[in-house]
Amino acid sequence: MKKNILFILLIFIFITESYPQIQRFPKPDFESGYTQPGPVKTYPRSVSWEYVDVAVLLIALFLSSYFALKKRSRKYIFSLMIFSLIYFGFFRKGCVCAIGSIQNISLAFFDKTYVVPLVVIAFFTLPLIFALFFGRTFCAGVCPLGAIQDLVILKPQKQSNRLNHVLGLIPYLYLGLAVLFAATGAEFLICRYDPFIGFFRFGFNQNMFIFSTAVLLLGVFIARPYCRFLCPYGVLLKWASVLSKRHVTITPDECIQCHLCADSCPFDAINTPTPERYPGEPDKGKRQLILLLLLLPLMIVTGGWAFSKLSVPLSRNHYIVKVAEQIRLEDTGQTTITTEFSEAFRGTGMPTAELYNRAALVQSRFKTGSWILGAFLAVVIMSKLINLTLWRRRLDYEPDKGACLSCGRCFKYCPKEHERLLELKGVSLLE
Amino acid sequence: MPEDKSPKYHDRRSFIKNGLNTTAALALGGIAGFTITRSTKGDMVWQIDPDKCIQCEKCAINCVLYPSAVKCVHAYAMCGYCKLCGGYHQPGTKRLDTAAESQLCPTNAIKRTFVENPYFEYTIDEKLCIGCAKCVKGCGSFGNGSLFLQVRHDICVNCNECNIALNCPADAWVRVPADNPYLFRGEVRESPTATSESGDV
Repeated sequence: MKKNILFILLIFIFITESYPQIQRFPKPDFESGYTQPGPVKTYPRSVSWEYVDVAVLLIALFLSSYFALKKRSRKYIFSLMIFSLIYFGFFRKGCVCAIGSIQNISLAFFDKTYVVPLVVIAFFTLPLIFALFFGRTFCAGVCPLGAIQDLVILKPQKQSNRLNHVLGLIPYLYLGLAVLFAATGAEFLICRYDPFIGFFRFGFNQNMFIFSTAVLLLGVFIARPYCRFLCPYGVLLKWASVLSKRHVTITPDECIQCHLCADSCPFDAINTPTPERYPGEPDKGKRQLILLLLLLPLMIVTGGWAFSKLSVPLSRNHYIVKVAEQIRLEDTGQTTITTEFSEAFRGTGMPTAELYNRAALVQSRFKTGSWILGAFLAVVIMSKLINLTLWRRRLDYEPDKGACLSCGRCFKYCPKEHERLLELKGVSLLE
Repeated sequence: MPEDKSPKYHDRRSFIKNGLNTTAALALGGIAGFTITRSTKGDMVWQIDPDKCIQCEKCAINCVLYPSAVKCVHAYAMCGYCKLCGGYHQPGTKRLDTAAESQLCPTNAIKRTFVENPYFEYTIDEKLCIGCAKCVKGCGSFGNGSLFLQVRHDICVNCNECNIALNCPADAWVRVPADNPYLFRGEVRESPTATSESGDV
C-alpha cells in the first residue's frame, strides 16, 4: 500500500518531466538467490553474406554481358533475369540496390559523419563499370526492378517519338531531386517511392500498393515504364552505355537493311537508317544549332534561378527545417496547436536559436543545391534539343546505345542471326 | 565525297568516344575512391536512440513489417522489480494483479513473475510485442526507465531508407555498425560511427 501512495505521488511529481535519468526505485537486494537475466542481443546476418551478394552481383553482371554480347541468347538472359529477380528481389528483399545506392554515395560526399558500407559502393560502381565496357547489361539480366517489369510485358504498344523524348526527361529530374535530398540529408527519395519493394517483401501500405500495381499494369502495355521514364540510375547507365567500348548488336555480322527487326523492340530503342539526303538540300539544323547554343547560357541561368525559388518548399522535407518552421509558428503565436515534432524538440532542451541556425544552414544548402539542379536540368533539356537538331547519317538498323537495355529480344528477328545459328549446328546454307 | 572522308571521320569520333570513356571510368574511380575513404567494411543498420525516443507509438505502425521489427527490451540491471509497475499496470488500476484489464500492454506481451516479496520480474515476450511503446512511456514516467525500444536485427530487413526513421518526430533513429547494433540503456556507448538520420547539420 505504501508503494501505491508513492506511485500516485510520483505521478504528480513526474507527470511533466520528460525522461528519467535517475534511479527512482533502487535495485533490490535479492535474498532468494535470484539471478538477474542479462540483456538479450540478436544480430543481423553476418557480414560475409554481404560479400556473397557482391560476388553474385559480379558473376551476374559478367554472365549477363556474356549472354548478350557473345552468346547472343535471349533464353539465357531471361533465365539469368529470373534468377536475379528471385535472389536480389525476393531473397535479399531488395536492399541495397544499385538504384538506391546513388543516395548513399551522395550522402557520403556531403556528410562527413555518414559511413557508407563497402557493399553499397560496390553496388553503385560495378554496374556502371560494366556499362562502360558492354552497355546496359545490368538492366537486362541483373536488376530485380527491371526483371519484375520485364515479366509483365504482354502487349507492348509503340509510343510516339515525341512522347518518348518528353517522358525520357523525367529520370533526370528524379535523379537531380534524389541527389539533392540525399546530399542535404533530408531523405532517400528513391527508396521512399520504390514501386516494387512491396512486392519483394510481400507487404505494402495502401497508397504504395495502388502505385505499385498501377506501374505493373501500365507495364503490360508500356514496356518497363519505371526503367525508361523514372529510373534515376538508368540515367547514369545511359551515359556510360553511350560511351561503351562494345555493345550489343542486332545482327551478328552485318546489317542487310531487311527491316525485319524494326518493330521487334518493345522499348523503342532501335534506330532506323536515316533517309538519303540530296546534295544542296537546305540544312535547317545548322541554324537551329547555333540558336540553341546561344540560348544555352541563358537557359542555365533561368533554370538555376527558377529552381532556387523552389528551394524553400523543397527544404521542408528536411527534419530540421520542418521542426524549425513549426517552432517558429508556435513562438510567434501563429498557431496554438503543438505537434509531436515540436514537443519532441522542446523535450531535448536545445535552445531555439541553435535550431534556427541549423535550419538556416540546411536551407542555404538547399538554395545552392536547387541552383545546381536547375542549371543541370537546363543543360539536359538543351542537350536533348541540340541532339535532335544534329543529323547523323546512319545506314544500318542498330540499337540506340543509350536506350538499349541489351535484353536480346531483337536477335531472332535478324535473318543473319538464323544463318549464324544454323552454321553453329553445322548446316551449311550453300548446299 | 563522304566515302573518302569516312575513315578519318570515324577515327576522330572513336578517339573522342574512347577519351570520354576513359574520363568516365576515371571519374567513377574517383567517386569510388573518395567514398572508400568514408566507408566501413561491415554493414550499417538502423537503431533507436532510447534517450531521444518520445514513445509516440509510430514504430508500431510505420515499419514495413507487421508486426514491427521494433521491440521493447528490458535492461534488468536498471529495473526496480516493483510490485506496482508503471510499465505493466494500467494507470489508476486498483488491483495489482495479472488480469487483462489491469495491464497496460495491448498484446499481453509482458510476463510478470513473482521473485520474492515484494519483488516481481517483468519479461517481454518479443513474439507478442508490437513496439507500441506504451510500457516504455509508463516505465519512463513512473519508474526507472528500464524498458525501452530497440530494433531487433534478426527481424529487421534493413531498408536503405527506414520508413519509421522517416516519420520519427524526435529524430531518434541512427545508423549503427552491424557488429555492434544496440544502444541499450544503462550501457556505456562506444559507437563513434553512429550517425544521425538527418546528418551532420
